[in-house]
Parts: sequence; C-alpha cells; structure tokens
Amino acid sequence: MNTLRKFSGMVLLTGIVVGVLGGLLVKLGNPPNMGICVACFLRDTAGALGLHRASVVQYIRPEIIGFVLGAFLVSLLKGEFRSQGGSSTVIRFSLGAFLMIGALMFLGCPIRMLLRLGGGDLNALPGLAGFISGIWIGVLFLKRGFVLSRATSLSKANGLIMPTFMFGLLILLLVRPGFIFFSSKGSASQHAPILISFIAGLIIGGLAQRARFCFVAGVRDIILIKNPHLLIGFVAVLLFATITNLTLGQFHLGFLNQPVAHNDYIWNYLGMLLVGLAATLLGGCPLRQLILAGEGNSDSAITVLGMLIGSAFCHNFFLASGVEGVTLNGKIAVTLGILFCFITGLGNREV
Amino acid sequence: MMIEIDCRGLACPQPVLRAKKALDNMQEEEVLVIVDNPAAKENLERLANFLNYIFKLEKKEDNNYYIIIKKPKGNEYST
Repeated sequence: MNTLRKFSGMVLLTGIVVGVLGGLLVKLGNPPNMGICVACFLRDTAGALGLHRASVVQYIRPEIIGFVLGAFLVSLLKGEFRSQGGSSTVIRFSLGAFLMIGALMFLGCPIRMLLRLGGGDLNALPGLAGFISGIWIGVLFLKRGFVLSRATSLSKANGLIMPTFMFGLLILLLVRPGFIFFSSKGSASQHAPILISFIAGLIIGGLAQRARFCFVAGVRDIILIKNPHLLIGFVAVLLFATITNLTLGQFHLGFLNQPVAHNDYIWNYLGMLLVGLAATLLGGCPLRQLILAGEGNSDSAITVLGMLIGSAFCHNFFLASGVEGVTLNGKIAVTLGILFCFITGLGNREV
Repeated sequence: MMIEIDCRGLACPQPVLRAKKALDNMQEEEVLVIVDNPAAKENLERLANFLNYIFKLEKKEDNNYYIIIKKPKGNEYST
C-alpha cells in the first residue's frame, strides 16, 4: 500500500513539474504554448538533421535529449536499465510514423495538447476529444485480444544505442557543425537557453521514469480497469500549466489567433484520434516511448525513430498543418493512418 | 488449483489485462502472474489493491517477478 501511495505521489509530482516547466520554458524562449512537445521537438530535431528541409522547424531540441538521458541515468541508478526488444518491429516503426502524422495534423503531442489548453487555446478541446476517442477504440482492440508479439532480452549494447544517439545529438547541438540546420526564423528559432532546456528535460525524464508517467495509460486505465491512478498526472499538467500561464500573463482564452495552431475542429479531432489510437496499440504515449527507450527498450527506440521519420514525411510531403490550416495531403495521410491502425488492431492477436 | 499467466515480454497493459480477465472468471482461488519489469509489477499491485484482492510477491528471480493474486477468504469483493 505504501509503495502504491509513493507512486501516486510521483505521478502527481511529475504532472506538476511538466505543467510548471511547460509554462516556464515559454517564458524562457520556447514558442508560445510549446514549452514542451514531444512531436514538435522531434520534428525540429529531424529538421536539424536535414531529414526535412522546412527552414522554420530545424533545431536539435535539448528537452528531447534530456527526457531520454534522464530516464537512462535514473534507470541505471535504480537497477532498472534492461535491454529488451524484438516485438513487431516494423509495425511499431509504422505506428510511430503515423502517430506523428496525426500529431502534426493537430500540431502537438498529448503534452502540448494539455499545455495548449492550459494557455487558453480552446482548439485543443476537439483534440482532447479525439485523443480520448482514439484510446477508446484502442481499448476495444485490446479487449478483442490485440497484442504485439513478445519482446525478449537482448544484449546490453542494444539498449545503449538510443541513449548514445541522444548524447551524440547533444554534442552536435553544442558544436553546431555546418551540416546541422538551425532555423533563424520561425518556431524553431525560438528556444530557451540550451542548458536550461536540457536540465528541464533531464528532470522530467528522471521523474517520468520513476512515476511510469504516461498520458495514454491515464485515460486507458480508466476505460479498461477503472483505475484513475495515472489520470492524476494528466489533470496536474493541465491545472499547473494553467496556473503558470495565468501567473506569467501567457493565458489567452479563445479559438482564434492561437499560437502555432489552427481551428479546423474536425481535423484537430481526427489528428489526435490517430495519436490516441496508435499510442494505445503501442502501449504508451510519445513521452513514455522516449522514457522506455532510455531504459533500454529497443521496441520504444524503434518507435521513436518511426516518429522521427514520420515527422520528416510530414514536411517533405506537406502533411503537417500550419497556422493557415490543414492540407489535403495531411487529410489523406491521417485517414491512411487510422486505416493502418484498424488493420493492425484487427490483425494482431497472439497465436 | 492455481492458474498461471506468463506475461514476460508483453507490453503494457497486457499483464494487467490478462490478470484481470483471469480474476474476473476466477474459478481458481489464486492467480500466478509472471512479469519481467517493475512497472508491470506495480500495475498488478494496483489492480489487486483496487479489487480488494491480496497481492503477494512470491519471488524475484533475475528480472522476473512471480506474483500471486488471490481472493481474500470469506468475503466476496464488490465493485
């Protein structure tokens, strides 16, 4: 019972820290309502590596590096680092890529969805409804017996690759060689000082590892086993982001002229439906995938790589939305993504 | 009779889902669940706690947790 209380406390603490830092990082330079966003920040990182050439979204985001390395260090300290993988690799990669296409249709991962709400952006409401709907559909597949194949233990080197890759990104960010792209205008040119962003990422990564923090599980477990444990974190992020934004004068209530957002309700809904559904099939939200990748999980590492490539597709093929609205290509890709999730959900059962 | 569920290598939320399914149609008195990560162990503890069942970590071997969840004697739970 005491361990349970301790973990609920960790979930609450992580939610509070994500909410407060989400607001503070905007004050310190990150784009409005984008203090933290796994989707946007992976997309910026993909741009910095030249995987796409959208000149306004290219920057190696130190928060992402911090999430993985924070989880890596804490899992080592706690003896929980474990190399594991080999579960339905290509399906996970594809789900990661489609998840990203959904997120960039909406313009945000589940964290930014809550941070946008906490900044008064009501366009995140259809997104939230879509996210919950997606998880609900995913739960239906789980109840029908959906499962991805079992992971097995792997040699230690497998689990070390993603933390090493992130460390490499940190070096590239600090050295700034000519082949790495850094936006001079647009949202990726707006960023908090590297050290602060990195430390914020480390703190969140470490806390999220301890708390097993997951935005999808928060909603999923309510539907599946009526357990509200992880939902506390979900609510804490929203509440403390709102308080922080109100305190810092960053709260602007409404649908119109919201930063890095559009007000196409239907596609905000469907974009986040795809995120919720893909993440439920994957077993965790985008943040959780980064944390597990830090703990040595190769299945999550390949999902993160899928998200990275998915984000590059979004800009190479004009799938990502912008402040001016959504694109036809984006609508087609999100529809294909939902279709892919249905086929995956129906077609994978343990034999 | 005790039913055994091997959840090693299965991602979230499979261990909890399978344990709950077994507990829901429980003819047996006890369920033994084998998981291979601490997060799954905690989730099972939470499930048992939530259902007012007894949670017992039988043994930990390498990275594997052997967990017994059983009905408390003499009183049926109600949700």
